[in-house]
Amino acid sequence: MRKILSLALGLAAGAALAGAGALPASAAEKLKAAWVYIGPVGDFGWTYQHDQGRKAVEAAFGDKVETTYVESVPEGPDAERVIEQLARAGNKIIFTTSFGYMEPTLKVAKRHPKVMFEHATGFKRDKNVATYNSKFHEGRYILGQIAAKMSKTGTIGYIGSFPIPEVISGINAMMLGAQSVNPDMKIKIVWVNSWFDPAKEADAAKALMDQGADIITQHTDSPAAMQAAEARGVKAFGQASDMISFGPKSQLTSIVDNWAPYYVKRVKEVMDGTWTSTDTWAGIKDGEVVMAPYTNMPDDVRAMAEATEAKIKSGELNPFKGPVYKQDGTLAAKEGEAVPDKDILSMNWYVKGIDDKVPGQ
Amino acid sequence: MPLKLERQENVPLAGLVAAPFVALAFTLIVGAAMFLAMGHDPIEAFRIYFIEPLGDAYTLQELVVKTCPLLLIGVGLAFCYRANRWNIGAEGQYVAGALLGSWLALATHGTGAGPWVLPAMLVLGALGGAAYGLIPALLRVRFGASEILTSLMLVYVAELFLDYLVRGPWRDPAGFNFPQSVTFDAVATMPLLLDEGRLHGGIVIALIVVVAATFVLGRTLVGFSIELGGSAPRAAAFAGFDEKRVTYGVFAVSGALAGLAGIIEVAGPIGNMQPSISPGYGFTAIIAAMLGRLHPVGILVSSFVLALTYIGGEAAQISLRMPFDVTRVFQGTLLIAILAADVLVRYRIRRVEGVRHA
Repeated sequence: MRKILSLALGLAAGAALAGAGALPASAAEKLKAAWVYIGPVGDFGWTYQHDQGRKAVEAAFGDKVETTYVESVPEGPDAERVIEQLARAGNKIIFTTSFGYMEPTLKVAKRHPKVMFEHATGFKRDKNVATYNSKFHEGRYILGQIAAKMSKTGTIGYIGSFPIPEVISGINAMMLGAQSVNPDMKIKIVWVNSWFDPAKEADAAKALMDQGADIITQHTDSPAAMQAAEARGVKAFGQASDMISFGPKSQLTSIVDNWAPYYVKRVKEVMDGTWTSTDTWAGIKDGEVVMAPYTNMPDDVRAMAEATEAKIKSGELNPFKGPVYKQDGTLAAKEGEAVPDKDILSMNWYVKGIDDKVPGQ
Repeated sequence: MPLKLERQENVPLAGLVAAPFVALAFTLIVGAAMFLAMGHDPIEAFRIYFIEPLGDAYTLQELVVKTCPLLLIGVGLAFCYRANRWNIGAEGQYVAGALLGSWLALATHGTGAGPWVLPAMLVLGALGGAAYGLIPALLRVRFGASEILTSLMLVYVAELFLDYLVRGPWRDPAGFNFPQSVTFDAVATMPLLLDEGRLHGGIVIALIVVVAATFVLGRTLVGFSIELGGSAPRAAAFAGFDEKRVTYGVFAVSGALAGLAGIIEVAGPIGNMQPSISPGYGFTAIIAAMLGRLHPVGILVSSFVLALTYIGGEAAQISLRMPFDVTRVFQGTLLIAILAADVLVRYRIRRVEGVRHA
């Protein structure tokens, strides 16, 4: 019902905008901004959060912007066509929100030098292609501390999507957070090789619980793991969106992606003519990584989590501060230093204490 | 009131020709109702869906680019389906072909190899697909295993193997550990036919395949043996056609064309190897083959129509803010309508008195 309502609203707005688009004069006054999504918008998760950011842009600029999105665009040749068509449709800034859109975005950007492109989670830039991502690992560190306090078995169950740097650094940050509370914490990892596969995610959660994990966390998009944990009375963390409605007794907190500040800022810059190609990596301090309310935990654990969040916000605490040891015992960051950003962004090793192997290494 | 479908002996040609058009008309009516319910002018929606993509040089090229893999795979599947061999694993053969062809592209990367690379890749792609397609054929002939199951399951094997390669041995060392290979050299890339856009040489190959397949299926003994083996296997056996050879043959052809589609797509619009190289072409091509009535020219038309529904769906999302699911509902309606029209032309619905179940 909610979907139908929002659909109807969106369509009504779309019809109004389409009418305006027919007249070149009024179209020229509006800045057209577009988003490309990997999944359906839905009610939670990665794409939903990006769409919340798009709506924030509409709310911030009202009549001065016209936003469009294309959902469920497969990575590869289809993405290039969609991005090209959005550029041809007169959009001045286009946000492509999945890693696999990197090459298509760059190819289209070459043909449309006057259109600004923003690619989420990638690493290749151009004069008119910027990249942006969030420091999700900052949130993961807090999750690790909470997990170490709450776990009775001392084992965290971690559902991974793909072994890419973003996910690996999340696992490491979680482990470092956990070790800061209990140096003997263990972590068990299951890879589901998908960003969204509720059945696999639920199976992975069950397998992890069967192996003694009593805290479940995930780097995948569906609330299936949360539901599986709720069914067994096990505590869990949500991902991308607040998933409390799926685990009212289970959810400890969620890492919520908040793209709104970035999107509003970048669209404003295009309007003002001050946009430049940048590489933005913002976190808790900038309001891009938001922690959902700390629930289902004793007051002392909540107080610890809030204190850590405040320290990360103030810059006092860096989850990857030294000394950080790799699995093989080599030093990744000395005492008094931190693992450099470029090493986090290309991370393919586990920290000491993780009893597993990075796939493909 | 129990109903029964009864096969008609003499199906009128006019009915067979009219069926797809009736189905299309039905789809348009359902679509119009859907657009109206969503508050859109249906005429405007149809214009954006079906007419606008045809009126622009860029989207026309894109239509052809999208048609190419569906067409190649669909024609290959026609060989199998005419012979009553149900190859559901074209997606896997597509990946297998792409893998073997890409191996050469990556092995020669940066070596300054000559223009022989691309043709060799295409040959390897076809061989890879054919070899992969022969596995379910072998399992069927030797062990009587259902080719529907084995070919489908081999899809996942191929996809996971691709996944392993791009995350492991084939990963671009300069790619920050992200799962993709280096971009192919120019000699390992499909040539573009026009300066602007992405129209590549693959469509020329696909059209040659259509002509060749039309000839083989319609005018040769091989085509006859495939057809006969499918519709009257005992008669085929009496006529001296070897059932095993037909099985191997159609799976090899079907796999080769799917593999060729895979390597063309990778060496063409994609340009490198990555974990996902197909938005399900191998499965969509099954629809293309069925809609095209297993005739190469029919499949040419149906692939184009399917590509049009995809691209029109994108246009509708961009200019009408219509959700992606509308495209899917549209494609689903078209498929059901065509299959239903087909049944209604070929069969007659009869009321059955008395007995509840046949």
